Amino acid sequence: MSLVFAGICSHAPGITGRAHMADRSIAEEFHGAYRGMADELAAAKPDALIVVAAEHFANFFMNNMPAFAVGMAESYEGPIEDPQWLGIARTGIPGNAPLSRRLIREMMQSVDLAYAEEWKFDHGIMVPLSFLTPRFDLPVVPVNVNCQGPPLAPLHRAWALGEALRRAADLAPERIALVGTGGISHWPATPDSGKINENWDREFLRRWLANDKPALLSYSDEETYRDAGQGGFEIRTFISVAAAAQGPGRLRYYRPIPIFAVGCTVGTMDIKTCRT
Amino acid sequence: MQKFLFDINRDRALQEQFRVHAPAVLDRYSLEGEERRALEAGDIGLIYVLGANGQLLMHFAALLGMPWAEYIAAMRAGVARHGPVRAGIYAMTTGVDDGPQKL
Repeated sequence: MSLVFAGICSHAPGITGRAHMADRSIAEEFHGAYRGMADELAAAKPDALIVVAAEHFANFFMNNMPAFAVGMAESYEGPIEDPQWLGIARTGIPGNAPLSRRLIREMMQSVDLAYAEEWKFDHGIMVPLSFLTPRFDLPVVPVNVNCQGPPLAPLHRAWALGEALRRAADLAPERIALVGTGGISHWPATPDSGKINENWDREFLRRWLANDKPALLSYSDEETYRDAGQGGFEIRTFISVAAAAQGPGRLRYYRPIPIFAVGCTVGTMDIKTCRT
Repeated sequence: MQKFLFDINRDRALQEQFRVHAPAVLDRYSLEGEERRALEAGDIGLIYVLGANGQLLMHFAALLGMPWAEYIAAMRAGVARHGPVRAGIYAMTTGVDDGPQKL
């Protein structure tokens, strides 16, 4: 049918794995906002969920690194990490291979993609799913944007990926939801874990909420690395969602939570009727 | 070195082999002396300084059963001992005497 839901959220492993180390009321406030997003997602009655994520070497490595990859499997599994470390039990997640195939074919009209019939989910997808579809019963189509091993796709290509996703979703008979997941500024997995540039985050979110394409695409990777850390490269996933939804965003939650190593974010975006 | 971390993080059979006999597993990889010593000793600080991507290293540290605070401290201690990170995008941005972020 079309794209029926669009949103963004954080995926840092600490959100679930270190929840017990966080201030209980702050963790509960953020988890509550995440569950609110789950309610909005469910109300849109999606048949499938596309997750635009930035994985961390669960599947793709520098021996053969795709800029963009889309899952085309009947089913997936995750988390790849130690379940106790992540706080999420290992499970299977349904895919929808025929839908993947149709989406990929249409997206390839404008963006070159890799596809994968084998795909293990890491925290980048498992943390969002654990809140959004905690029974892991909604078919997922994973989309990966390489944000780990430079050279990375330029931001305008992340935008093009989002436009392609939208076009493909609108051609599908299914009701499709889209979630982009990443961090804004953060320095995860470094000795500076917990460092967050709140001002930078708020400016990025201002641009995202306004769906200001020129402003969103104006960051250079050098600036992002300096001001937002290597974790900031994941803004690509949020940019793809803005390109797909086209509407203004609504910020449901933002708060730097250092023990989770990221400015914890939940947002949704209005879906503007497409020109096509 | 990163290829080894990539493989072991995602392959449960390899994790078991590494637990039983690490040298035999490491023999399969092209490793420089310092890399091999760091991996064999589980020296998180040195692996970090040698330039391993932090995401690969974070999961390896978890695999070794290292508690969170200890893992963060080990990276900082590695920089204090061996100098700045030599490659990659996971460099430390604070000084060695600054201490960890306030959590």
